[in-house]
Amino acid sequence: MERSTLNLLVGIFVLLGFFAFLVLAFKVGNLSAGGSGQTYTLVANFDNIGQLKERAPVRSAGVLVGRVKSVRFDPVHYTAEVRMAIDTQFKFPKDTSASVLTSGILGEQYIGLEAGGDDQMLKDGDQIKLVQGAVVLERLIGQFLFNKAQDSSAAKGAQK
Amino acid sequence: MVLESTLRNIRLVGDGTLKIVERIGATVVFLGLTLTQSATSFRRFDLVIREIFYAGVQSLIIIMVSGLFVGMVLGLQGRETLQNYGSEQSVGVLVALSLVRELGPVVAALLFASRAGSAITAEIGLMKATEQLSAMEMMAINPMARVVAPRFWGGVISMPLLAMLFSAMGIIGGFLVAVVLIGVDDGAFWSQMQAAVDFRHDIANGIIKSLVFGIAVSAIATFEGYEASPTAEGVYGATTRTVVS
Repeated sequence: MERSTLNLLVGIFVLLGFFAFLVLAFKVGNLSAGGSGQTYTLVANFDNIGQLKERAPVRSAGVLVGRVKSVRFDPVHYTAEVRMAIDTQFKFPKDTSASVLTSGILGEQYIGLEAGGDDQMLKDGDQIKLVQGAVVLERLIGQFLFNKAQDSSAAKGAQK
Repeated sequence: MVLESTLRNIRLVGDGTLKIVERIGATVVFLGLTLTQSATSFRRFDLVIREIFYAGVQSLIIIMVSGLFVGMVLGLQGRETLQNYGSEQSVGVLVALSLVRELGPVVAALLFASRAGSAITAEIGLMKATEQLSAMEMMAINPMARVVAPRFWGGVISMPLLAMLFSAMGIIGGFLVAVVLIGVDDGAFWSQMQAAVDFRHDIANGIIKSLVFGIAVSAIATFEGYEASPTAEGVYGATTRTVVS
């Protein structure tokens, strides 16, 4: 085979390979959605995190502002210690509250941050004081049934 | 009597195991030898380009077509199952993660071994059978540097590119079936995929994996060819061993 055609075909092959790499990196992966790349860490202790996992999204007003860096059981307070990597371009006030939320009924769990009104901002390594753990469906249903039973017995008592 | 035959059988097992270990060891030694003789391949890179053509470019069709169909099957079956749980948009995540992490590198390596690896083995084995390798040595040309190393590097360079093409074609195949034919939401398909696939954890690891497979397949293919008995039957056995092991 002619040298130049050989080089051309190999060149096309290598370029195709790199094109596939770019497709994987930008269209399939999340390289483009990296933000500024610089993050700072916030810590929050929840009494229950449900199904929250590492790399779960941290959202504020529904917009992605960071990701869960690590989830650890705190043996002193018997709570789940969640470390979050927040993009440095987003600053949150000191009295921001964090809660474990679910997208949809069966969707993935994420942390929702709700900004407060404090003048001072949270810094790297700071702890979020106002937290709300995950809603456990079984407990919710149990409470609902309990209330229902109470209501009906109260109604019966009123009839008598 | 019984004891003796039992002992003999145990010895057979031991012998088989030792042979396998010896073969792995010889392959690794051969790989090391190839690496020390690789300088020529990079000084005369046109040799490697020729091998990339034979190993990579000529595998393109089979890799891309299989990737497309694997992706289509994943898209179709994934949607069928996920539909029961009302989360058919996640089919993009399923297709992308399974392809990028596992199927891409593994299936591409299998195809590569059976198409390019066996060709390399047959070529080197036939060179040996027709005493071309000895002729080279007579002319003071090291066949390791001139024949083996360029083929090895051609395979190593081609393999990750082929695996990435396989994954990309598979995702396109999944997209075609799930979105274009069946009608899963386009935006949800891509956005859920992007949310779930991490560049470093999933894509970079897949590439590293395919690179390792490329090194293994190329080393085994060149080794089997180089060590084949110089007969037609020997070459036949060597190509079989390349694909099987």
